[in-house]
Amino acid sequence: MNQLFATFAWLLDPAHYAGPDAIQVRVGEQVEYTLLTLLLASIIALPAGLAIGHTGRGRTLGVQIPAVLRALPTLGLVILLALMVGLGLLAPLIALVILAIPPILAGAYSGLESVDRETVDAARALGMTGWQVLWKVEIPLSLSLITGGLRSAALQAVATWTIAAILPLGGLGRYIFDALPVQDYPKMLAGSMLVIALALVTDALFALLQKVVTPPGVRAGRASLVRAKTTHSHARAALFRHASFIRNER
Amino acid sequence: MLRRRGLVAAALIITGLVALSGCASGDPLSTTNSNTAGEGSAGSDTIAIGSAAFPESEILAEVYAQALEGKGVTVKRSFNIGQREVYLSALKDGSIDMIPEYSGNLLQSYDTNTTAESSADVYAELLEKVPSGFEVLDQSQAQDKDSYNVTKEFSEKYQVNSLADLKNVNIPLKLASNPESAEHPAGVEGIKRLYEVSVTLVPISDSGGPLTVKALLDGTVQMADVYTTSPAIKANHLVTLDDPENMILAQNVLPLINSSKASAKITQVLNNVSAVLTTDDLIKFNTKSSGSAKESPAAIAKDWLAGKGL
Repeated sequence: MNQLFATFAWLLDPAHYAGPDAIQVRVGEQVEYTLLTLLLASIIALPAGLAIGHTGRGRTLGVQIPAVLRALPTLGLVILLALMVGLGLLAPLIALVILAIPPILAGAYSGLESVDRETVDAARALGMTGWQVLWKVEIPLSLSLITGGLRSAALQAVATWTIAAILPLGGLGRYIFDALPVQDYPKMLAGSMLVIALALVTDALFALLQKVVTPPGVRAGRASLVRAKTTHSHARAALFRHASFIRNER
Repeated sequence: MLRRRGLVAAALIITGLVALSGCASGDPLSTTNSNTAGEGSAGSDTIAIGSAAFPESEILAEVYAQALEGKGVTVKRSFNIGQREVYLSALKDGSIDMIPEYSGNLLQSYDTNTTAESSADVYAELLEKVPSGFEVLDQSQAQDKDSYNVTKEFSEKYQVNSLADLKNVNIPLKLASNPESAEHPAGVEGIKRLYEVSVTLVPISDSGGPLTVKALLDGTVQMADVYTTSPAIKANHLVTLDDPENMILAQNVLPLINSSKASAKITQVLNNVSAVLTTDDLIKFNTKSSGSAKESPAAIAKDWLAGKGL
């Protein structure tokens, strides 16, 4: 229990809010690394995922290759890459992007796949082009799932960046890697708690974002409402299935 | 909804069980100095051997372990326990009974103000400073010290062959070493105190391994802490800086053992091994385990013991 008190004392000590090793600096670095990871992973995975979901093609290849890469142990990958490309930010960044791609990809293609085919057909019947179907129907209806993919990737990235401190890099892992060899457990625990807190905040922010980006129509398609109104059209039914899919995902 | 509630309940139960089992085995972070060392394991013909988290320590642990097994002692292996601060507490709490150690660093961990320098002085002081309940056995000639290395180009450009020469270097110096080097008496602090040179630590947690060497070779740092027995020094033509102030103590390999396990038989077997172990053997161990061969510690130890007829 003393260690816990010592941990909170460590977190509250003003000395730990100054200098290059200050808590706000380390948190900032962790956030910065995470945002960079999400940005790069999104640039790669979002277009790929949307293409797979829209065309229904390339699923086997596009899904399995990232999944196989994801299976590589990230710490080993960081060390291997560091020996190849140097000890800067690049090595862990590549490793973390590889970690973040599969959830973003899955969110994108499963989001598009969850849109009822009849809704898509209806859009086409109205004369929409492929791009219009994608931008005006498929993406809005699946924004919640796409954001869900980003949410899962963000959570993994913000937590896993900790291991990059095996290299001379910043971030919250610094506290853990610096404290372990000298058995400074309060510092280690404080580092871990900060990672946990940051992960929770990240998750909460994305949960909020997920709510905000969900179109009102999709939100209205909650089970209770749909059940109350029995005059559902095909589109309505599609939305209902979509909504229940989201719930299962959670 | 029901299923979700079930899941929540299951999660709560599991969390509870984990918490309870945590209570049962005591707070893993508590710093109690229980003096029950060794009582956990069986009779004196069983010994738990540990090693630090780098290959050479593991190979040495294997050498001592197999030598003991050859004489009918049962050995329990708990290798790769991390840094000294961690495995010394493992020794204290009785989870291991013996570990191959390096005389100088061990002495400094007990007494940071020690003035002993030579192998003999360090060993003599170590015999006194080891806490009661534990002892060091005979030391071997084999030494594995930390050493500060620079590239050949750097050494020639700035005329640096010794830590004392660093004063004349007019560029900021960065040192690649483990994070604990920041406060270590032979680390950044020691270099400042004895050689009056400020170096910035670039923490790399691989104990002078490939990442540390990589940092030196690609110019991320100007100095790297690499163990003297690392094949990487010769392979990369690194220049090991002299240490005229003897900041880095002698580091002879010796077994640190729980006194209750140091029976006449075990002591004899371990001393016989230490009597013939040399620094060259350590370099060979490391070459075998890190080179293209990548032999296992067990195989390397077996070969060496067979070669020495032990």
